[in-house]
Amino acid sequence: MSAFTKITEKAAAFDRANVDTDQIIPKQFLKRIEKTGFGRFLFNDWRYSPDGEPNPHFELNRPENAGAKILIANENFGCGSSREHAPWALLDYGFKAIIAPSFADIFYQNSLKNGLLPVTLDAEKVAQLLQKAEHENYELTVDLENESIFDTSGFKAHFSIDPYWKKMLVNGWDEIEITMQLDEYITVYEKAQ
Amino acid sequence: MGKSIIEKIWDKHVVYEEEGKPDLLYIDLHLVHEVTSPQAFSGLRMKGRKVRRPDKTFATMDHNVPTDNRSEIQDKVALNQMTTLEKNCHEFGIPLAGIDSPDQGIVHVIGPELGLTLPGKTIVCGDSHTSTHGAFGSIAFGIGTSEVEHVLATQTIWRAKPKTLKIDISGTPNKGVTAKDIILYILSKHGFDFGTGYIIEYCGEAIRSMSMDERMTICNMSIEGGARAGLVSPDETTFSYITGRKFAPKGEELAKAVAEWRELASDDDAVYDKTIEIHAEEIAPMVSWGTNPAMTSRVHERIPYLSDCKNEIERKSLQNALSYMGLTEGQRIDDIHIQHVFIGSCTNSRLEDLRQAAEIVKGKQVHSNVRALVVPGSQQVKKQAEEEGLHRIFTEAGFEWRESGCSMCLSMNNDIVPAGEHCASTSNRNFEGRQGTGARTHLVSPIMAAAAAIYGKITDVSAMMPEEAVK
Repeated sequence: MSAFTKITEKAAAFDRANVDTDQIIPKQFLKRIEKTGFGRFLFNDWRYSPDGEPNPHFELNRPENAGAKILIANENFGCGSSREHAPWALLDYGFKAIIAPSFADIFYQNSLKNGLLPVTLDAEKVAQLLQKAEHENYELTVDLENESIFDTSGFKAHFSIDPYWKKMLVNGWDEIEITMQLDEYITVYEKAQ
Repeated sequence: MGKSIIEKIWDKHVVYEEEGKPDLLYIDLHLVHEVTSPQAFSGLRMKGRKVRRPDKTFATMDHNVPTDNRSEIQDKVALNQMTTLEKNCHEFGIPLAGIDSPDQGIVHVIGPELGLTLPGKTIVCGDSHTSTHGAFGSIAFGIGTSEVEHVLATQTIWRAKPKTLKIDISGTPNKGVTAKDIILYILSKHGFDFGTGYIIEYCGEAIRSMSMDERMTICNMSIEGGARAGLVSPDETTFSYITGRKFAPKGEELAKAVAEWRELASDDDAVYDKTIEIHAEEIAPMVSWGTNPAMTSRVHERIPYLSDCKNEIERKSLQNALSYMGLTEGQRIDDIHIQHVFIGSCTNSRLEDLRQAAEIVKGKQVHSNVRALVVPGSQQVKKQAEEEGLHRIFTEAGFEWRESGCSMCLSMNNDIVPAGEHCASTSNRNFEGRQGTGARTHLVSPIMAAAAAIYGKITDVSAMMPEEAVK
């Protein structure tokens, strides 16, 4: 996993609630056995018209959102299935952070494991950001080390994240490696069963 | 202060704890399937890691498998995923119920059926409906592929202790109300994320009188309310289900295990972070009309009006759902016409589900506008159903009788609902595109699905049931 410290990037407004993982990456793309290359299928059924052409009404197809690396969405983002293909697709498309008032549990965890930063902010702050990001080339800074989000036009918010996960992300550590260092505890536990 | 079953199981499984960190939790059973595991095995291979406990790991293939002709698999990408699982299981020494195995089936159907799922265990699987196994009094939850890899390598997982939520269901359900209706009712009343961050314990009179198949249906859909896990304290119903199962303890070992399992039940003075009370009498046969499982109403009700919405977000969600579903505000639920019926999935594909649906279907015919499918949850369910002659009741009525798999619940194989058509489905999710691009899903119980198949529209099944059938 690559480390996440601080980014300043273009943010896209995605004013939808309950975006489920079936929408993020529809099931027809789950048959692949790789972790890479899911970006072109991200939001497939919303992003493309039935004839395969980009749907001009879909938020991320608007020219002002091209190259956005931060996604601002509404409540319960990532609900539904446990498919890790969802964060893989968001990352492969180019997103590095998702901001929302709430996330579904499994999606949240899956994102952390892959270095995609889920940022939980209260609904009011998210509503402000959604409005700001409607403007062209809206840039936002997400500073994980200081747990803060700000722009150059007066927006500033604090977010909190579990200190364990913050440390993992900032350092880009491999969780399995860390657990394997605790092998003796696992062995002792197994012997006691 | 007493402990809940959740705390009892959790505390017994903590391998390592340290201030400021989640707990390192031991995993007793890891179930694996073809879709969420290939990248995990590749990860192990890249780092030269082994599977720590293949003996605590069990694999099957279910998501991708065809349920019609299995002699030649047409979808080469799906086939590659299946053969990849076979190769991985062979290389890492993991037992596999492959496509030709008499034990093959949906991972959440075969775990209990084979006696792998037992009270007091911690169980994970790369699938959000792993909560199903909680019906036995185990902590069971879905994980992503990174964690599949972590569990394969270490047999443990990092988890902060979750909050506890008690759902107490009192009273006796009305005629035509099944376990599926109860969980759909809970979702309709409390929304799609009331359980986020919690493990649910279901208790009360209505739960106690349920069979294991029914308890599994309830626990299965905990995730639809945001809770990763939902469970039921084990009792005599649980122990008698387990007795005689292939991998379950036997003889003296079983007696010893049962004695331990009896201690698991929550203490009377256990304290929960949150409690919800449900009265079974309030519930009628339920039907989802929208694009998440909480968008559900009683069969005799109407779809909500836009003017009833509490805020702008809710109004927008309702508007989007109605436009996707091709329905109008205020429309009667039992006015919805159905073109497809799917009886199956990890929620409702067990023997009792099929028995109850067959009881409704018996001697009747599937409506001429409807294509109806029964997909048993496992090869064992299929075999038992055939021994009881259920397959004949279904096929004589015009249903297709299939091989076991996830099938039309997520339509990864070729069992797909065409765009714009409505499906009465016993599955668990009605998200946009779930059963096919543009497909319109209505979540219902097996008996409600059977009634919809016969009448070609959503129909209150309770009117079709004789008084003595009241459960």
